[in-house]
Amino acid sequence: MKRTIPLAITAIVGAVLVIAYFIPHPPFDGLREDFSIFFDIMATFAFILGGGNLIKMHGNRISRREEGWFFSLVTIVGFLLVLLVGLTKFGNPDGFRGSSVTASGSYFDHVYEYIFRPCGATMFALLAFYVASASFRAFRARNAEASILLLVAFIILLGRTFVGALLTSWLPDSLRFLTIPYLAEKIMVVLNFAGNRAIMIGIALGIVSTSLKVIIGIDRSYLGSD
Amino acid sequence: MKRALWIIITGIIVAVLVVRTASGNMESPFAGIEGFGTWFAALLTLAIMSFLYDDNPLYRFAEHLFVGVSAAYWMVMGFWSTLVPNLLGKLWPSLTAQLFMPGLADTTHDPLWFMYFIPMAFGVLLLLRLFPKGGHLSRWALAFILGTTAGLRLIAFLTADFMGQIRSTLKSVAGLTPAVLPGGSPSFSFETMFWDLVAVIAIMAALCYFYFSKEHKGSFGAFSRIGIWVLMITFGAGFGYTVMGRIALLVGRIEFLLRDWLAVI
Repeated sequence: MKRTIPLAITAIVGAVLVIAYFIPHPPFDGLREDFSIFFDIMATFAFILGGGNLIKMHGNRISRREEGWFFSLVTIVGFLLVLLVGLTKFGNPDGFRGSSVTASGSYFDHVYEYIFRPCGATMFALLAFYVASASFRAFRARNAEASILLLVAFIILLGRTFVGALLTSWLPDSLRFLTIPYLAEKIMVVLNFAGNRAIMIGIALGIVSTSLKVIIGIDRSYLGSD
Repeated sequence: MKRALWIIITGIIVAVLVVRTASGNMESPFAGIEGFGTWFAALLTLAIMSFLYDDNPLYRFAEHLFVGVSAAYWMVMGFWSTLVPNLLGKLWPSLTAQLFMPGLADTTHDPLWFMYFIPMAFGVLLLLRLFPKGGHLSRWALAFILGTTAGLRLIAFLTADFMGQIRSTLKSVAGLTPAVLPGGSPSFSFETMFWDLVAVIAIMAALCYFYFSKEHKGSFGAFSRIGIWVLMITFGAGFGYTVMGRIALLVGRIEFLLRDWLAVI
C-alpha cells in the first residue's frame, strides 16, 4: 500500500497530462495550465518544508550544543526575523494590505538590499578566483580537448572586451576572419550554438525516456527503499 | 606575533574608518536604516571575501546568516506570489481580497475552483515529512509532483527542444533562413550558407559522440572525435561567459565597497 498508491498517483496524473495535450476540448484544454499552477503551489509548500527542515536541523544542533551551535543560532534568528518581517509586511510604507511585500522602503526590501543581494553577489564573485585556479589546472592537463576549451574561453573573454578589437585591429579587411571579435562571434553563433543544440536534443530525449519510465512505473527510485 | 600583527592591522583600519566617518567623508552607520544597511552589507561582503585567505568565524557568520535569510526570503516570496493569489485567492476569493489583497480583480469562484483543494491537500501531505510517523504519506505528494513534472515535461521537451531544434537545423541547411538585409528583403549570402553548413556538421558530429550503440571506431570514431571538439568549444564558450559574469560581479562588489561605503571614488 505504501508503494502502490504513490505509483498510481504518478501514473494517473502523468498519463492524464500527456493525453490532455492531444484533446483541445474542455475540460482537458486548460488542464495542463491548471496543473502548472498546482506545481507552483506544491513548490511553495516545498519551500515551507525546507524552512521547517532548516529549523529542525539547526534546532537540534543548538539543543545538543554541538560544535558551531552559535552559527546555527545565527541561521535560525536570521530565518525567523526575515519570515516575520515578510509575512507581516512589517514596516511596509502602505501598511499590510496596501502594497507588495517587496515595496520600496519596506523592511523586507531592506533585507533584500542589504543582506540577500550583497551576500549572494559576493559568494558568486568569489567563484571568479576558483574559476581562475580551475583554468590553471585544465591548462596543466596538456591534452587537445583541455587546450581547445581554454583557447575558446580566452578568445571569448578577449572578443567581448575592447582588448580583443585592439589586438587585431591592424589586420587588413581581407583577413577580417582572423580578428578576435569575428572569431568570438562565430564561435558563439555557430559552434557554441551547434554544441548546445546537440546537448539540448540529448537532454530532450533523456527527459522523454525518464518521464515515460516514471509514468509507467519502471523508475521507482523516488519511493525510497522501504 | 602573527596575532599581534592582525590586531594592529585591524586597529589601523578601524581608526581610519572612524576618522573618515567622523569627518563626514563617508556615511555614518547611525544615519538611518540606509547608513546602517550600507555598513552591514559592506561588513558582510568583507566577511565573505575573507574566505579567500582561510575559513574563519566571520565567514561562517555571514554564510549562516545568508542561509537563514535566503530560506526565509524564498518562503515569503512563495507565500505572497503563489499561495495567496493562486491558492487562497482561488479557494476563498472574497476572504483573500478582504484580508490580503484588496486589489484582487475577480472575487467570484472559478467554475472548477474546488480543484484547488488537490494541491492544498498534497501540500499538507508534503509537510508531514517533518514528522517521523507521517513520512510515508509525504510520498503521495512527491508522487503527484513527479507525475505532474513527467506529464508536462515529456510533451514540452518533445515539441520545443527535440522537434524544435531539429526543425530549426533543417531549415537553416535548406537555406530557408537567409540573412536579412537592413531593408527587410531576404538575401542569400555564401558566408551565411557556409556557416549554416558548418553548424549542421558540428551538430551531427556532437550527436554522433552521444550515440553509444555503435563502437566509436573508423570513420564514425573520427566523426565523433570532431563532436568532442565541438562540445569542448561549447564548454569553453560557457566557461568564458561564466568567468566574465563572475568578474563582473566581483567588480560590482568592489565598486560597492569603494563608492557606496568608503566614498573614495
